[in-house]
Amino acid sequence: MPHDIENHSHSLLPSEPELKVKAIESALVNQGLIDPAALDEIIDTYQNKIGPKNGASIIAKAWIDQDFKDELMSNTMAVLEKYGFYGRQGEHIRVVENTPEVHNIVVCTLCSCYPWPLLGIPPTWYKSDEYRSRVVREPRKCLSEFGVKLPENTNIRVWDSTAEIRYLVLPMLPDAFKGFSEQELVGIVSRDAMIGTGLIGPAK
Amino acid sequence: MINNDEYRPFHEPWHAQIFALTIHLNEQGHFEWKDWSQAFSEALSLESSNGAIVKDEDYYLVWLKTIEEFLAQNGKLKSDEITSYFDAWSAAFLSTPHGQPVKLKNLSSG
Repeated sequence: MPHDIENHSHSLLPSEPELKVKAIESALVNQGLIDPAALDEIIDTYQNKIGPKNGASIIAKAWIDQDFKDELMSNTMAVLEKYGFYGRQGEHIRVVENTPEVHNIVVCTLCSCYPWPLLGIPPTWYKSDEYRSRVVREPRKCLSEFGVKLPENTNIRVWDSTAEIRYLVLPMLPDAFKGFSEQELVGIVSRDAMIGTGLIGPAK
Repeated sequence: MINNDEYRPFHEPWHAQIFALTIHLNEQGHFEWKDWSQAFSEALSLESSNGAIVKDEDYYLVWLKTIEEFLAQNGKLKSDEITSYFDAWSAAFLSTPHGQPVKLKNLSSG
């Protein structure tokens, strides 16, 4: 909350952090260190060009094309680079596959490392203390709060992301979706399924 | 449950702004990403021990505080510079009639 500026509050006065950001930006522009137009471009990229659809396209292709999947699992970065899904926070990505025996779930206990080029900016809950601290301790309970119920005999493996390595979950494709086109499959891959806090939903 | 269409990377414009500013400075070669990410992780874990990170706002407040200190440590920005601009922006908002674009008077020439 703003403190002293509250005393002479004005309907037009932004919050303290908003003003702080403007101040930092102005100071950097004044020094010639940043270009405001470049900031707009970066925001546009993360809002409109990068997002879970990138990851979904990779998952859908892996489901229908076994050769692609093999290559993706064994030579992940080469495949992702080919599709342009690499760069900041995506330098080293490992794909972990869900099976009837193992369900994978991704967290960053330290901060909020996340495969940006594939999933965009992480959702609020991924950055929260609660998720970061609890998912390692009680993954099954956490999953149930996400509405994910796994068979008792499915093991849960929690992957803790770091600045060096990030993870993408390759979800299981339910039988109901077998025979769907790649394009149709892209539409059923949720962000949460690629983090491991969701499953692929039933066919509509 | 399909929620790709709910992708909402930023909840407030200033979150997006400070995020982009950090990325841009790194792209321009002003610091190494790993150094920033280490500083940010440390700041977050400090805050987290108080159970403070619940909303995006909490997260970006830590980001903002960290980048400010980080830039000061790297000699890119002095805290009094930020204070001057902060005051200048506050004054600009307070002196601009509602509905008109708020512009900063040029500090260096004034």
